[in-house]
Amino acid sequence: MSAEGQDVQITVDGETVAARPDELLIDACERTGTYIPRFCHHPRMKPVGMCRMCLVEVDTGRGPALQPSCMLPCTPGMVVDTESEGTRKAQDGVLEFLLVNHPLDCPVCDKGGECPLQDQTMAFGPGESRFVEEKRHFEKPIPVNDNVHLDRERCILCDRCTRFADEVAGDRLIHFMDRGGQTQVNTFPEQPFSSYFSGNTVQICPVGALTAAPYRFKARPWDLDEVESTSTLDSVGSRIAVQSSRDRVLRFQGVDADAVNWGWLSDKERFVFEAYDHEDRLVSPLLRGDALGNRTLDGDQLVAAPWGEALTVVAEVLRVAPADRIAVVGGARMTNESQYAWAKLAKGVLGTDHVDAQLGDGLPAEVVLGLPRATIDQACTPGGTIVLLGPDPKEELGSLYLRLRHAVVHDGATLIELTSRRTGLSDHAAHSLRVLPGEVSAVVRSLFGEGSPAGVVGLSTDELRDAGATLAAARGPVTVLLGRPSLAEAAGPVVDAALGLHDSLPDSTFLSLLRRGNVHGALDMGLAPGMLPGRATIAEAHRFVDHWDRVPTERGRDTLATLNAAAAGQVDVLVLLGADLLADVPDRDLARRALDGAGTVVAVDLFATPTAAQADVVLPAAAPTEVDGSFTNLEGRVSVVSRKVTPPGTSRPDWMVAAELADRLGADLGFASTDDVWAELAAVSVVHADLSPEALVAHTREGLLAAGGSELERPGPTDVAGRDAYGLRLVASRSMYDTGVLVGHSPSLAGLAPGTRASLEPTDFARYGVTEGEVVDLIGPKGTVQVAVTADDGVAKGTVHLYVNQPNVDVCEIVDAALPVTEVRVGRR
Amino acid sequence: MAGAYTPHAAGFVDNGGPKVVSSRFAYEDSYTLERSLATGGYEGLRTALVRPPTDVHAEVRDATLLGRGGAGFPAGVKWGFCPEGVWPRYLVVNGDESEPGTYKDRLLMERDPHQLIEGCLIACYALGLSQCFLYVRGEMALAQERIASALNEAYDAGYVGRNVLGTDFSVDITLHWGAGAYIVGEETALIESLEGNRGMPRLKPPYFPAAIGLYSQPTIVNNVETLANVPWILANGAEAYRRMGSESSPGTRLFAVSGHVRRPGVYEVEQGVTTFRDLFYGDNFCQGIRDGHELKMFIPGGGSSPWFFEEHLDLPLEAKDVGAAGSMLGSGAIVVMDETTDAVKACHRIVRFFARESCGKCSPCREGTSWEEKILSRILDGYGRPSDIDLLLDVGDNISPGPYPVAAHPDEGLDAVPFPPRQTTICPLGPSSVAPITSTIRRFRHEFEAKIIRSDSIPVSAAAPGEAGS
Amino acid sequence: MSYFDPTNERTAREIIDRYPRPRSAVIPLLHLAQEQEGWVTPAAMIQIAEMTGTTAAEVLGTGSFYEMFKFHPVGTYLVNVCTNVSCQLLGGEELLNHVETTLGVKAGGTTDDGMFTVEDVECVAACTEAPCFTVNYRYFHRASTDDFDEVVADLRDGRSPIERGAAGDSGELPAHGTLGRIRQHMPDDRRAGVVPPEQVDGAPTWMASMAGASSDVGGEEG
Ligand SMILES: Cc1cc2nc3c(=O)[nH]c(=O)nc-3n(C[C@H](O)[C@H](O)[C@H](O)COP(=O)(O)O)c2cc1C
Ligand code: SF4
Ligand code: FES
Repeated sequence: MSAEGQDVQITVDGETVAARPDELLIDACERTGTYIPRFCHHPRMKPVGMCRMCLVEVDTGRGPALQPSCMLPCTPGMVVDTESEGTRKAQDGVLEFLLVNHPLDCPVCDKGGECPLQDQTMAFGPGESRFVEEKRHFEKPIPVNDNVHLDRERCILCDRCTRFADEVAGDRLIHFMDRGGQTQVNTFPEQPFSSYFSGNTVQICPVGALTAAPYRFKARPWDLDEVESTSTLDSVGSRIAVQSSRDRVLRFQGVDADAVNWGWLSDKERFVFEAYDHEDRLVSPLLRGDALGNRTLDGDQLVAAPWGEALTVVAEVLRVAPADRIAVVGGARMTNESQYAWAKLAKGVLGTDHVDAQLGDGLPAEVVLGLPRATIDQACTPGGTIVLLGPDPKEELGSLYLRLRHAVVHDGATLIELTSRRTGLSDHAAHSLRVLPGEVSAVVRSLFGEGSPAGVVGLSTDELRDAGATLAAARGPVTVLLGRPSLAEAAGPVVDAALGLHDSLPDSTFLSLLRRGNVHGALDMGLAPGMLPGRATIAEAHRFVDHWDRVPTERGRDTLATLNAAAAGQVDVLVLLGADLLADVPDRDLARRALDGAGTVVAVDLFATPTAAQADVVLPAAAPTEVDGSFTNLEGRVSVVSRKVTPPGTSRPDWMVAAELADRLGADLGFASTDDVWAELAAVSVVHADLSPEALVAHTREGLLAAGGSELERPGPTDVAGRDAYGLRLVASRSMYDTGVLVGHSPSLAGLAPGTRASLEPTDFARYGVTEGEVVDLIGPKGTVQVAVTADDGVAKGTVHLYVNQPNVDVCEIVDAALPVTEVRVGRR
Repeated sequence: MAGAYTPHAAGFVDNGGPKVVSSRFAYEDSYTLERSLATGGYEGLRTALVRPPTDVHAEVRDATLLGRGGAGFPAGVKWGFCPEGVWPRYLVVNGDESEPGTYKDRLLMERDPHQLIEGCLIACYALGLSQCFLYVRGEMALAQERIASALNEAYDAGYVGRNVLGTDFSVDITLHWGAGAYIVGEETALIESLEGNRGMPRLKPPYFPAAIGLYSQPTIVNNVETLANVPWILANGAEAYRRMGSESSPGTRLFAVSGHVRRPGVYEVEQGVTTFRDLFYGDNFCQGIRDGHELKMFIPGGGSSPWFFEEHLDLPLEAKDVGAAGSMLGSGAIVVMDETTDAVKACHRIVRFFARESCGKCSPCREGTSWEEKILSRILDGYGRPSDIDLLLDVGDNISPGPYPVAAHPDEGLDAVPFPPRQTTICPLGPSSVAPITSTIRRFRHEFEAKIIRSDSIPVSAAAPGEAGS
Repeated sequence: MSYFDPTNERTAREIIDRYPRPRSAVIPLLHLAQEQEGWVTPAAMIQIAEMTGTTAAEVLGTGSFYEMFKFHPVGTYLVNVCTNVSCQLLGGEELLNHVETTLGVKAGGTTDDGMFTVEDVECVAACTEAPCFTVNYRYFHRASTDDFDEVVADLRDGRSPIERGAAGDSGELPAHGTLGRIRQHMPDDRRAGVVPPEQVDGAPTWMASMAGASSDVGGEEG
């Protein structure tokens, strides 16, 4: 055996190569240039050695013997012959076996042209089948869920999809059934493969047995053209291949970036391309007009207008408005380059600091950028400790969830959850503490033995002591996952808790769970009050003197403050960059009042969202598959976004809109291309100085980490009033599928929003004397909604949980964003 | 019922030789605690419990007790493979007996469950095993009942459970029901099954169950008969045990002789000294081939073993000799066939077994065994092609590459290929399907040829799997 | 909604309690479910999944691997005729033929009255007693066609044929699903107790205490 960590020398086809200790032979060979055919082996899952395609002759001193290279760790002196007569005969034999019952329907199979079975038959196979018997028959494709179809006749039983469901996703809903020659993959009757990650099984299926409904029969692989890009759907920034044919995107595939998504995607990341291709996309600017299409300033409709006219209208209102009465909200959808251009327009040209990419559902930029940051890999360190202070990663950040799950389930990471509701990881958590909204920082304090544990509602002193002991005993790194656990709880309490952890465990690092698209790019590009590009604060204005005309000197308003100001008639121009206030702001009433009270509302968006429909000017933006640029994920990792298709109609990249507006305002942003934007960014930003576009292209796969943060500014502690003994604290969280604009425009996803009930902890449920499914009034500070109740032991005592943005009820109608926590009462009808 | 011979233990024939495991079979109530205690039951356990565990292990090792499940690995040596310092460790008793021709473990479980329980207790004591699972083939309803009631008696009487016989030694024995799958007899598949999974074997090496087994803990898997020998060894000593049988294969062993002999039955036989001829023709044993017939061939070690012929009769019942001659003793299952036997039909029936019982994990076994079965069944249906014989051999070669173990063919000047076969599969089930094929084609190629209609056109529908007709 | 009746549910919990991991009880619980209704219903699998921390798909995946579990109703009496080689040599296939003709169903089928299901099975470990068949897993050795007819006649007349079996078995022949008429019981005060492997951190304590020769072996005298 080799010494720990030392390479072992093995001989592959006569050449000596160095293998890593414990590296599987198949991987060592591939890494050093010898590809051994395989079907069941997948580098991200445990080996099973089922298909036997990777048999090679290996001599470990006792003469050559056939061994499955996918299960054989390299040992010193191993002599491998991947081309011997014996190896070839075995591989031919296995291939023939795999084909005997295979329907050979390549001409009508989606996989034809990119099928490992087909390819290997060409490369290694005997050419002709000697099998003349009747083949095995199964009913042709059966849906295993809404989006994935299974053709069991094509299946070669490699165990990849089933292992994925079990090992990776933890959704053990597809399984082998029956035995021997009748073995098949299937679900339990009437229990579909309901998994947020089911599309991955289609991607890793080595034959055409699993196909995705959105892609079936759409194209042949040889018609497809692809580029590597980044998913902008959420802040994980999963690496993807964007595949198109005839200027239409037909598929996203996961790309294996070791530091990020390991090749996996959530179905939402995978199928969202449908929305970009949707016929409802805006194709032209819109201005107010009448039913006849005539443009009138206060017309009750939106009518198409040429860009020139629309931009003139916007430039005009911006020019007359005082800087303090201009606000820019949103921008997380855009690339870093577009964000920079908009930041420069807003802060450097218009001079307003009322700029915020977050929509009242985020965390203060100076906290996110100021706390020591962790990478995904650091959070997932084998044997490390993870503290979850935030939302359920499974619902909000699918591919990050898969990484975290792997760390906790397979790599011995210890998870401590401080959440109001059970999460997708709770089953694997060492401690899963149910925290009352507003109490989380008290809980953190009591973990470190401060304060009185008796003062923490709903948690026993034992639970707190045990979790504290685990944390105290942590050997590896401690990573805090920090996000907004509930839209009905202000950022304050969770920020206080994070600062408490930072103070007690100064070596711990933080991984942001802010969810929305390129929100971390937006923070880095200065789309936050008080911030400038490069994680700088407005106090560091000196860096910009060579490039910007001006820099705000006063910290501006965040989104909630802007909306309040707008509602009070203090905002003349409200620019919304992909911000659907009526869907995204937790306080629905505030959003409505702001839209009513603002002077001119300008929306730059992909769709005529409910918010855009109320705007005065709507400018159509290009989608992520239609622009070049870059993206910054929740680690601060910058990676390439690649244009694959042409934007529909006259829609155009956001940075161009900013540049043209500047131009009409008599300023020159100085950008003729995204490279120009980068050049300036590199000049003004310390953290981006080394990240040239060339360097990014050279690191397309893994991206490059923009290291360095800003000074940690501590907001004052948030006071939460005592609990109303008759009420419940509202927990409003997101689920993977909702009525959001992208999901709503992806036909494969649109029907998947689950709806919501009001979940009460069983003793609360009993206390209210309600019955399962009974419709009650939930009376909150801003109003009342009707919703069915359910008992759920996964929610904290004293709380009521609902999902936001669901088709059956809009809980944001009752949230008051001005309060640190939202208390509600349950009224029986 | 219609048979000429119906002893209490159906199938067992007393041949007057030494009895290690069958000593109580003659009693109608042999399965009760009362009978067991009256006939020396639990004496081995008592002997063991006054000695340190390591001594008990040494006694079993010194006896050279060869495993009776098929592979014949010495139990005492296997017991020593548990890695130091890794706890807990488990004992899993393999009572899944399903190999075609094998009938002995059922007899031991139905007729003398206390002897088995005693063996388990001694093993657990010797190795510090914290729990024992007795995995009994599901189809053996009576064995389940007899073991259940024996365990209930033994728990009540203080022989199993907490503080065995008043000592500190405590261990639970859990009876576990199988549910019908031959492959689960393979030890790693057995462990999967016991964990609640599909019985699909795990790849070994790298890990054998003794190192990483049930719940990934060190696990000893032993056959029922292996453990049934242990009480006797403790009660009488390793030396006494080794005085029976031969040097390399000491002790006695149960052999089930079925098929065309005059007195089929299960015989307790001294290993290594008794020959096949003694067994088939001896007056105390099977008393010859059935009247008016002569031996055509015999299967020496269950459906998985290559076939033997007349010239092998003088081989002793000893693993090494049988292996060198191209077969194996396997599970002690001998099937004797006279000249009326249709070799191709018998071959098909055994291959059908493997095709049905393949777990489906390895492509060569899953697809290969059912392909073999389809070809053979097509030949029997009269739609064979001349190329089928080579095809069968080549399909077999893709499951078990290289020369397959087979007996010599002196008339043709062909040498024996010694056991074991090589495999492209995880476990030996797939390769086992090749044994009857290679055996028949080498010896009875003409029988194949006679069945094959000399035409290469076959209707596809003829290939549906089915009965060859009777 | 639970599938098991209260008695069986208690038995199910007892069974689960005997294993270091609940999942190990999947197969025993499938037997118990089959005992309750004669076959394994979807509702049974859903409850087994709940009780053992698995999913229904996993329970079906495991269950369908094993021949004895029936996922559709079968006859009250399951007649399994062995046709593997030892039985084949002595008339197993002829016996099967007779069974099929007499009952009027092919192997795999169930008689119209729901009384018998016939199967052509692999070796049942009675090879020296060939040919043989089993009814609900009760053995009938060295069986002639007449023997089979008598067994059928017994069953149709409501008599137990079990003693014709010559395997030393006696008593009633239970309906399909009931495997053992006797169950293992572990009295609480007699059990050594089950500990999940991750909670074990060393050799059993008796290993040390009994390492020196001990002489006080007591217990019941036979
Ligand atoms: C396909 C296959 C089936 C087997 N079936 C059985 C069986 O039914 N009973 C048994 O004891 N061993 C069986 N074995 C052998 C076991 O894997 C294992 O070697 C044995 O139980 C070890 O016990 P022993 O060392 O006491 O012989 C089988 C092996 C294979 C490969
Ligand atoms: S050889 Fe056959 S039975 Fe054995 S593991 Fe492979 S597929 Fe299963
Ligand atoms: S072959 Fe029939 S019982 Fe064994």
